[in-house]
Amino acid sequence: MTLLRLELKQNIRSLAIWTLSIGVFLMVCVFMYPEMKNEMQDVSGIFSSMGTFSAAFGMDRLDLGALTGFYAVECGNILGIGGAFFAALLAVGALAKEESGRTAEFLLSHPVSRRQIVTWKLAAVLLQILLLNIIVFILPVTSVTLIGETVPWKEIGLLHLADFLVQIELACVCFGLSAFLRHNNAGLGLGIAAVLYFLNIIANISEQADFLKYLTPFGYAEGADILTDGCLNIEMVLLGMGWAVAGSAIAYWKYCGKDII
Amino acid sequence: MNAIQISDLTKYYGKTRGVTNLDLTVKKGECFGFIGPNGAGKSTTIRILTGLIRPTSGQAQVFDMDVTRAKEQILSCTGYLPSETAFYPGMTAKEILRFSAALRKKDCSERARQLCQRLDLHMDLRADRASLGNRKKIAIVCALQHDPDLLILDEPTSGLDPLIQREFFTILKERNAQGATIFLSSHVLSEIWHHCARAAVIREGRIVACGPVEALAQTRTKQITIHGDVDLDGLPDIRSLKKTNGLFSFFYDGDLNRLLSTLAAGNITDLSVSEPDLEEIFFHYYKDGGKKNDPSET
Repeated sequence: MTLLRLELKQNIRSLAIWTLSIGVFLMVCVFMYPEMKNEMQDVSGIFSSMGTFSAAFGMDRLDLGALTGFYAVECGNILGIGGAFFAALLAVGALAKEESGRTAEFLLSHPVSRRQIVTWKLAAVLLQILLLNIIVFILPVTSVTLIGETVPWKEIGLLHLADFLVQIELACVCFGLSAFLRHNNAGLGLGIAAVLYFLNIIANISEQADFLKYLTPFGYAEGADILTDGCLNIEMVLLGMGWAVAGSAIAYWKYCGKDII
Repeated sequence: MNAIQISDLTKYYGKTRGVTNLDLTVKKGECFGFIGPNGAGKSTTIRILTGLIRPTSGQAQVFDMDVTRAKEQILSCTGYLPSETAFYPGMTAKEILRFSAALRKKDCSERARQLCQRLDLHMDLRADRASLGNRKKIAIVCALQHDPDLLILDEPTSGLDPLIQREFFTILKERNAQGATIFLSSHVLSEIWHHCARAAVIREGRIVACGPVEALAQTRTKQITIHGDVDLDGLPDIRSLKKTNGLFSFFYDGDLNRLLSTLAAGNITDLSVSEPDLEEIFFHYYKDGGKKNDPSET
């Protein structure tokens, strides 16, 4: 718990900034919905018939004039990308920062096993992601009630759950990478998140690349699929969680045997 | 029981040598010095003892516990002071000391307060904005506050002013008198000379000398200063010869009769023969392994 407290304290400012940025941005989009709803009736058809552009972002299967469709697109962009970047940045430096910040010698000179260090740091990463998602769920839901709309609990819940799982998977994979690094490599984390995001876009555009949905966590967080099916693709979620477990296991394996130079 | 027992220890970083077939014993309760040039393997040895790196082969034990299998037990009774310490940003000395104590599941607040007072360390000081000396003080208190049975100190006085250095060694002496073992690695040879009973010299990954400090310091080398004119070209075993305006200064560890014969052939107006200082005594261990003066361990 001592390590968990330290990690939370060290990251509180970053967590607050990302949480407020994503949450407020989502709220602003929701507040814009009533005005956009009227305009969307005119342009919704245009957005859905823009060929590959529409397919890339799922707009060919979403009604942007409906709150759920509108929210799915905005949520996917803001929470999907923003949340993924936060999770990747947080996790890729979680273990590496001890060596890059030269605090590893101080920490590891205490009677704390490497396994405990990995466990508490992973717990801190996952807890911060959970906190962000709780707040980022409450804020836009509040804004939906403030604009006088009925909260579509199931749809919004599924969209947020999907993005939460994306962040968990991405964080665990980047956490595994962090065990190998001796410097906090923010670029690597952001790059991984960006590449996985674009793999999903490619999968949306091309039927031949549909298999890519099984490689990227964004595959099971596609708003159009979730709203159409009314549920998450359990098969893809389980595969994603498998990647998460693998990433975490790799972190334990590497960090517990690593030389701290 | 020995405090530290190292047997045939080898560590390679890829193809780069760390230490090779190292053997070392530190008795419980003694103050032991560990010296050597840069890159000799001092830090490698210390990092293996503290579990930061794993040996390639060989064994190292602290209080009869293997460093690869009982790391947490060893670290619970060990205080380690690294040569360079960095702390987490935004934390005060008090928070760092509390964090360190919490990781050890101990309440060290009173001991920490006493040590901070003796070392003139303000507990509200922000560690990331502190000077090198103050960061060193925080690290010292972290290493000492839980009253460990073994202290591993790597360059402990770098950054400390002379008054605090004196107080630090007073604290070490008190701890040693209470039974703590002290393993002191330092480039400051006077620290080893004044505070350690035994010492080992490591060079190129191997122990080249180990024994009582007085025995290690015995040397035939003399510092010679001559005023006059003399031809030293044919005289071997001369080191660090300096010639300026009829003044010759050098170190000599060869045959004294040959030296006197050579000097007698010159025109000497003044001659001084003295013992070299401590740095010069140990310098030859750094340069040629000190094979001529390698007392066996007693």
